[in-house]
Amino acid sequence: MKKDYRKLMIVGSGPIVIGQAAEFDFSGSQACKSMKEEGYKTVLVNSNPATIQTDLDTADSVYIEPLQAEIIAKIIEKEGVDGILSGMGGQTALNICSELADNGTLDRLGVALLGTQPDAIAMSEDRELFKKTMIRIGEPIPKSRTVNNIDDALVAVKEIGAYPVLIRPAYTLGGTGGGIAYSEDELKEICARGIAYSRIHQVLVEESVLGWKEYEYEVMRDKYDNCIVICNMENIDAMGIHTGESIVCAPCLTLSADDHMRLKAASIKIIRALHIEGGCNVQFALNPANGEYRVIEVNPRVSRSSALASKATGYPIARVSAKIAVGYSLDEIKNSITGTTSAAFEPSLDYIIIKIPRWPFDKFRMVDRHLGTQMKSTGETMAIGRTFEEALLKGVRSLEIGVVGLDRVTMSDEDLEDEMRRATDRRLFVIAEAIRRNVDTKKIAEMTQWDHSFVLKVRNIVLMEEEIKKELTPATLRKAKEMGFADATIASLRGIDEKKVREMRKKEKIFPTYKMVDTCAGEYEAKTPYFYSTYERTCEAAATKKKKGKTVVTIGGGPIRIGQGIEFDYSCVHGVMTLREEGVETVVINNNPETISTDYDISDRLYFEPLTLEDVLNIVELEDADGIIVQYGGQTSVNLAVALEDALKGTKTKILGTSPDMMDVAEDRKRFSKLMDDLGVRQPASGTGYSFEEAKKIADRIGYPVLVRPSYVLGGRAMEIIYSEEELSTYVETAVKVSQNHPILVDKYLAEAIELDVDLVADGKDVFIGGIMEHIEYAGVHSGDATMVLPPFSLSDEVIEKVKDVSKRVAIALQVKGMLNIQLAVKDDEVWMIEANPRSSRTIPFISKAIGVPLAKVGTRIMLGKSLKEQGCVGYKELKHYAVKASVFPFLKLPGVDSILTPEMKSTGEVMGIDEDFDVAYYKALIAAGNKLPKSGGVYVTVNDTDKPRIIDAVRDLHKVGFTIYATKGTSTYLRENGIPVTTVFRVSDNQKPNAIGLMREGKINLIVNTPSMSSGARRDGYMMRRLAVELEIPFTTSVNGANAAVGAIKNAGGREIKVRSMREFH
Amino acid sequence: MVQAFLVLENGTVLEGVSFGHDSAVLGDMVFTTCMSGYQESLTDPAYKGQILVSAFPLAGDYGVSDRYDRSGAVHAAGFIVREHSREPSDMYGGVTLDDYLRSNKVPGISGIDTRDLVAMIRSAGTIRVAIVRDEAGVDAMKKKLKEKAKDDNLVSLVSSKDVKKISSGKGTAIGIIDCGVDRGLIGDLSELYDVVIFPHDTKAADIKASGARAVIVSNGPGDPSHPGMASTVKTVKELSSSLPVIGLSLGAQIVALAFGCVTERMKFGHHGCNQPVKHGSRVHITTQNHLYTINIKSMDGTGLVADQMNVNDGTLEGFSHKELPVYGIQYYPAPPRYERDSFLYNALKKVTEAGK
Repeated sequence: MKKDYRKLMIVGSGPIVIGQAAEFDFSGSQACKSMKEEGYKTVLVNSNPATIQTDLDTADSVYIEPLQAEIIAKIIEKEGVDGILSGMGGQTALNICSELADNGTLDRLGVALLGTQPDAIAMSEDRELFKKTMIRIGEPIPKSRTVNNIDDALVAVKEIGAYPVLIRPAYTLGGTGGGIAYSEDELKEICARGIAYSRIHQVLVEESVLGWKEYEYEVMRDKYDNCIVICNMENIDAMGIHTGESIVCAPCLTLSADDHMRLKAASIKIIRALHIEGGCNVQFALNPANGEYRVIEVNPRVSRSSALASKATGYPIARVSAKIAVGYSLDEIKNSITGTTSAAFEPSLDYIIIKIPRWPFDKFRMVDRHLGTQMKSTGETMAIGRTFEEALLKGVRSLEIGVVGLDRVTMSDEDLEDEMRRATDRRLFVIAEAIRRNVDTKKIAEMTQWDHSFVLKVRNIVLMEEEIKKELTPATLRKAKEMGFADATIASLRGIDEKKVREMRKKEKIFPTYKMVDTCAGEYEAKTPYFYSTYERTCEAAATKKKKGKTVVTIGGGPIRIGQGIEFDYSCVHGVMTLREEGVETVVINNNPETISTDYDISDRLYFEPLTLEDVLNIVELEDADGIIVQYGGQTSVNLAVALEDALKGTKTKILGTSPDMMDVAEDRKRFSKLMDDLGVRQPASGTGYSFEEAKKIADRIGYPVLVRPSYVLGGRAMEIIYSEEELSTYVETAVKVSQNHPILVDKYLAEAIELDVDLVADGKDVFIGGIMEHIEYAGVHSGDATMVLPPFSLSDEVIEKVKDVSKRVAIALQVKGMLNIQLAVKDDEVWMIEANPRSSRTIPFISKAIGVPLAKVGTRIMLGKSLKEQGCVGYKELKHYAVKASVFPFLKLPGVDSILTPEMKSTGEVMGIDEDFDVAYYKALIAAGNKLPKSGGVYVTVNDTDKPRIIDAVRDLHKVGFTIYATKGTSTYLRENGIPVTTVFRVSDNQKPNAIGLMREGKINLIVNTPSMSSGARRDGYMMRRLAVELEIPFTTSVNGANAAVGAIKNAGGREIKVRSMREFH
Repeated sequence: MVQAFLVLENGTVLEGVSFGHDSAVLGDMVFTTCMSGYQESLTDPAYKGQILVSAFPLAGDYGVSDRYDRSGAVHAAGFIVREHSREPSDMYGGVTLDDYLRSNKVPGISGIDTRDLVAMIRSAGTIRVAIVRDEAGVDAMKKKLKEKAKDDNLVSLVSSKDVKKISSGKGTAIGIIDCGVDRGLIGDLSELYDVVIFPHDTKAADIKASGARAVIVSNGPGDPSHPGMASTVKTVKELSSSLPVIGLSLGAQIVALAFGCVTERMKFGHHGCNQPVKHGSRVHITTQNHLYTINIKSMDGTGLVADQMNVNDGTLEGFSHKELPVYGIQYYPAPPRYERDSFLYNALKKVTEAGK
């Protein structure tokens, strides 16, 4: 039975980073819901505003504050918390709670740690303790040794016997800093890195089980020692590729029942030995040659795998874990999917799940695409099918990487073989291509270390392609659909229009049937309508329609990628919640297993499906929907708007809100420019070049610097600022291919302009401006990366009025009904239009939290016909506090990426700092984003000539509070002339000491102010320094405003006591 | 690809693809929700004469192998799947499901919406069906399905014909009344005890004379109250006054009958690997395969006490006698190497050590 607590705290996971994404918003929100259900008072803390869990009504008190032990302690004291759930916020929350337990804070404040206890956490996280425990209970683990330095690592390799060896740092997430060493040199390099990243400076050197099969078990235990296995999963990529980087299927397909029993028994033995209470993930390696297995790792908490397992089975792991944490036994908890059975059972699947990671290599073209033990993917997509091939193909088209099937790969045979041996993100396509080139499937299996049966499944798809190419009979069509082929793939194989295939399907009555995910393979009647498509006899979805009011379909945002993150899911969820409040029957289509929109109780009906026109149309037709919302799923759903409207002409289904035609005006440069001209809104001069020569002419006409990008872009992909003709030619040669069909866009770049983001809702008549956010960095840094301040801190009232006026006029001219995001630049008090996005933007959650008005909810009501006036929302929201949005970047995980901010987005997530005082808000945002702002020490300053006069005050302030100032020659001369004592250092390229790199390594530099000069040569010069700063985690700023704000924060907030305030106290 | 048809007693005909043996078959259709272990299911004697539907859509992704054979024969009369793998994983080797069924003379049909069949069984209960290859034979089958089913004593078809002793020199012997015992149980038991297997119709005196310290009444197919099982019930009744008796699945129902309880047919039974059973404060996830159950109310006054329940549907999962060392469980005992709390082995330990 449950225990009594005064108030329970749930700690979130902070910003989205590689290895820790939306799954913890899902688990934390489920936990809050579950605790509220039990009547507990709850407090939630997270620094990430783009989360549903930080909504006011998720918990009794919600704090958006930096996730640091001392700040959590303050909140505990202030709120009178007496219990903490540590297992819902990933490694971040677990580490903080361990720290609070270790330093005695929890004991001092009389707070109980609920669920898995610190000693149990240590037993699974501390490699040495884990090893001892496994040896004690007789579970085999790879031979290994824990080391704290490189000499011991060499000894460890001797004991193990041979290279390769694995290096795993203790207490890091997503395998940060780990790797495989094939030689002594590699061992030294990886160990040095791993030791640096580990919270306790410890790494494990381990026997290699490369090429073994990898299986995962999601297990649950309650304190009465009841244990169940929720799900097992098979990594299709063998050991050596991080499970987060692997294509995964559930349940295990190549594992015999007997081996399943063996691994299940081992999982249960382990979870019992570790005293885990709640959910836990156990990873095994199994040697296919002899059946031996090793226990690889245990995650003593809910994880990304458990989010996947929850969505794969319908079993709400986080919800049940939270109930176990407060004292329930498994059989006391109801299975909320069936509503009749208990949580003490093991789900049965009657479908196949495929998870495919989504990698950011489309953004980071310079990054090594090889997959290994370190996570590089930002998100994932899950697909459900009744055949493996069907699930696989649905997964592929859910990725939104510009392919709908196993598209051809243009690569030489040698490269193909190399990619099979050393996996990259292209592996699946490479295998299909190798099959097409008649490479023996056994040989493919050997090279890729895939089970031969999986290679054969891919071959089935390739054979089907051949069959389609030969002749498209109704029988072939049906067979192809049963295998998961998209109409678009079939069309392209036949060289016909996709519409033709759809017509043929309709004529032959080949329609998808929707089956339910019910946790029990149909054995019990389920009440929760969670569906996937397949091509079979009976359809279960239609029967669950209530047939009363209106039905509205909301299109989700798909997998998390750079440029389209959790922010869009947040708006989707808000949209759906509002529709339900308004009595509308809601349908969600999405394919991201981490998110809340794909939680089965968010909508009336959830379809776990790809988001292509075909898949969406199928559902819309089946649902006979009244409306579709396309404003919340980011570019994914906006891109469907015109095609959907076209396909649904003559039916009752309408695109709700802003018309697709007006969306197109905003998206289409020519139409948009014309509208701006008509409205008298200034835009930077621009042109479209269909060849290098044309692009060059445009640049000459409008003058360098120019902003260039391909015509069709997602989130600023391949967007660059170009300063010279030479750079333009390099860009055209390396980044994009210019052609008649793929022109590049050339814009005048407004140097040193202030950039603004405006988010507003409009109903066609009135406009409500949620807020104007001023970027700290100059225009030219992608708005997803920029540090933003709400309200503006440097603009005159006159400029603000101009901004409001432009925003309103644009919203009215576009006849916006719902959401609009506008990006503007201000230079010399003039307002310039950069772009308008006719949809919910990345900043909607941030701004909604900062102003206390849920904009996506307001927008949804507008789409349902409720005016802003009726909603009491007009004008502009004035604030008495500041909110600062700071971004977090994956530079540490992706060696080779320059950390300088550009028009191309690089960040994975964001945090919010909120306070009455600007400096404190800024300080909170920076530390929440992981910047270790120093209170004293050394600062290295190297700025370009234009910035020199503007940086003086900041440097002087730093000197005054006791910082030692280091600068390169030019900057130091200038600073000295202005009366600031400086130590001059050499440029890196001078190869003399002292230089910045050396000082950084010696730990003498704790802050870097580096504004790059305009020439690309100098920018390259700074690259090494910025890269090192990333690796040594030295905070750096690349803009004058950034430097000023950071210095303000250090001076005015760094030393002060930070006050914590709940979100309710702000609004 | 050869066509095949699944004919249902209500007249529905589903078209699929034939695999396995080229023969027609007719029987009760039951579903299993196990996601692996298709070979274990097919060779489970408790499926004797039944046509098995796999709720999980893929079968045969790993090969058939002697290791997974539970009885030396395929007992299911037919196998209905969504898809069977023609080229299984090479991790374990072995033959394909298709070849296996063909050589065991059992027909299969693939390309069937098995979830649809599960839903039908869920709402209508067990359904009689037939698998036929020949379209011309469909109408004849429809008629045949309407006729009253033969009521064989299925246990007599799977029980061993004579007494078998498996002596491994353990000293303590356990007797098994074979109503369809599987190799897994015999193997697990013989790691701890000497085992003597008796045909289902063995007289009590013969079992007593064997020196067995306890008797297990095994799992098996069909209805425990079938007239053909009366002798087994009588034997168990006689034994229970002098020897510890543990009934498993069908065996538990037989023990209950021996004490005067009533058994009844379930709507579609329990066939799967995920049935939660509550025993005291503990929940065990169990594997089950039975279509009949014991009426809990009928236990009043028999001396038997229901002490294990199905968490999902509240049906009886286990009982013990107030005074005598007599027990029954409806589920399959977990092998002791995989489950430290295996009820059967703990009970055996208790009863065999009691007299020492």
